[in-house]
Amino acid sequence: MSKPILEVRNLTKKFGDFTAVDNISFDIHEGEILGLLGPNGAGKTTTIHMLLGLIAPSAGSIHMFGLDLAEHREEILQQVNFSSTYISMPFSLTVEENLKVIARLYSLQNIQQRVDAILEKLEMSDIRSKLTRKLSTGQMSRLTLAKALMTEPKILFLDEPTASLDPDIVHKIKAFLKEYQRNAGLSILYTSHNMREMEEMSNRIVFLQHGHIVAEGTADQIVQRYGQRDLEEVFLKLAREPKAQ
Amino acid sequence: MNVGRIGGLLSRHLYLYQRSFARMLEIFYWPLLDLVVWGFITMYLQDAGVSLHGAVAFFLGALILWDVLFRAQQGVAVSFLEEMWSRNLMNLFASPLTVGEYLASTMIMSILKVTAVASLMMVFAWVFYSYDMLKVGVSLLPFIINLVVSGWIIGVLTTSIIMRFGQQAEVLAWGMVFLFQPISCVFYPLEVLPPILQSIAWMVPPAHIFEGMRAVLIEGVIPVTHIVWATGLNLFFFVVIVAWFYHTFNICKEKGMLVRVGE
Ligand SMILES: Nc1ncnc2c1ncn2[C@@H]1O[C@H](COP(=O)(O)OP(=O)(O)O)[C@@H](O)[C@H]1O
Ligand SMILES: [Mg+2]
Repeated sequence: MSKPILEVRNLTKKFGDFTAVDNISFDIHEGEILGLLGPNGAGKTTTIHMLLGLIAPSAGSIHMFGLDLAEHREEILQQVNFSSTYISMPFSLTVEENLKVIARLYSLQNIQQRVDAILEKLEMSDIRSKLTRKLSTGQMSRLTLAKALMTEPKILFLDEPTASLDPDIVHKIKAFLKEYQRNAGLSILYTSHNMREMEEMSNRIVFLQHGHIVAEGTADQIVQRYGQRDLEEVFLKLAREPKAQ
Repeated sequence: MNVGRIGGLLSRHLYLYQRSFARMLEIFYWPLLDLVVWGFITMYLQDAGVSLHGAVAFFLGALILWDVLFRAQQGVAVSFLEEMWSRNLMNLFASPLTVGEYLASTMIMSILKVTAVASLMMVFAWVFYSYDMLKVGVSLLPFIINLVVSGWIIGVLTTSIIMRFGQQAEVLAWGMVFLFQPISCVFYPLEVLPPILQSIAWMVPPAHIFEGMRAVLIEGVIPVTHIVWATGLNLFFFVVIVAWFYHTFNICKEKGMLVRVGE
């Protein structure tokens, strides 16, 4: 197999005495979609924030494109982006203005064309002049997805990108992401606590629980290992296990 | 430092101001109101025959310069608040933007605000009080530049506290600079301060600036000593506060504050 595009080794995050992420290691290969699955509080978001350099790890290392994030922040972040249902963008700017600012922060060329293209792709051209504060939840999600995809990242972090969206939009976004990922050879780290979505989207799943990796593999492998009928049952079984110690 | 990224962040604020009437008003409302009140006080003092040499120059000049300091620090601190309010810090700091570029863009923002407000105040003072600040403008330039730098220093200090303690510290963006007002000797000479405060004031760049301003406005001399002191102190504090900001930023990254401020 090719060399991993992202390598996480013994990554740990402590907030005071509380360990949110506990000594986890995993890889993502080029063109792969890795699902980070786990109940609320498992440490998924904290992991993604560490991968984005927004939270400093307490221990362990993060490499992307063979570079150490601690030393090559700018170079790495230039080729990475993220989206989440929980982030937002400046409310008093229009959709287009927000995207232009992002384009400049990532030193993109031909900004207007890039913005036009991504708006077109995500079927947002009609709301380009709409103030961000006036967007619906679904439109807001598409905006943060647009901001992430516009910079043409090599790795994309998606933190619960479909939470609190209605099924129709979720369906569209998933289809778009799959298609985009296939064409662009993009690697994705995807978090969710929705099992069906995980199974559908990911090539491989890392199951996180209380900051630990408790299972890893394809959905089928994980289901088999735990002798359950489907991922949902594995999830329920694992999620209901009390924290060790 | 990547100029394109600094410009990008700047454009975000320019889009905002161009659209927000409230924010535009915020910039001009207080300075103009100040000017009206102080203008009348000055006129009253003159009518009452108070023989305060150059009273008009004294108060109006001080007021305009005080606003330079206030706006310069606000340009830095309020820019951070805007990011906090719109929960945009994550988008910024997960991009290749560096801390240095971030600070630089807020400092440029502060220059823009200062230029806008100071120009307007000068025109206003000239039209309504026949007070022509441009006459002394050139000799005031070193003071204005130093004031802007002092404003940055207080602004970066304020920002670091807001970043660390979140929304409860928000009010500092408006209040912090007034903490420095008594020892900055804005409206009165340094010698009226008690001896202890006088020695403290010597360590405060704005005190030298306002002291020097009075020398320019009233005596028409250029007080080199005060310029040298103000510049030296400003350089020193600037380096210290920027280092402090980086330090605070790292603490916030460790505590996971960056992804939480504004919540
Ligand atoms: N900045 C922080 N300070 C203290 N505790 C935190 C902080 N951020 C997250 N946590 C805690 O870390 C744990 C993992 O949170 P998170 O990564 O958001 O989980 P998930 O995304 O899997 O739901 C939670 O118990 C959360 O309360
Ligand atoms: Mg989460």
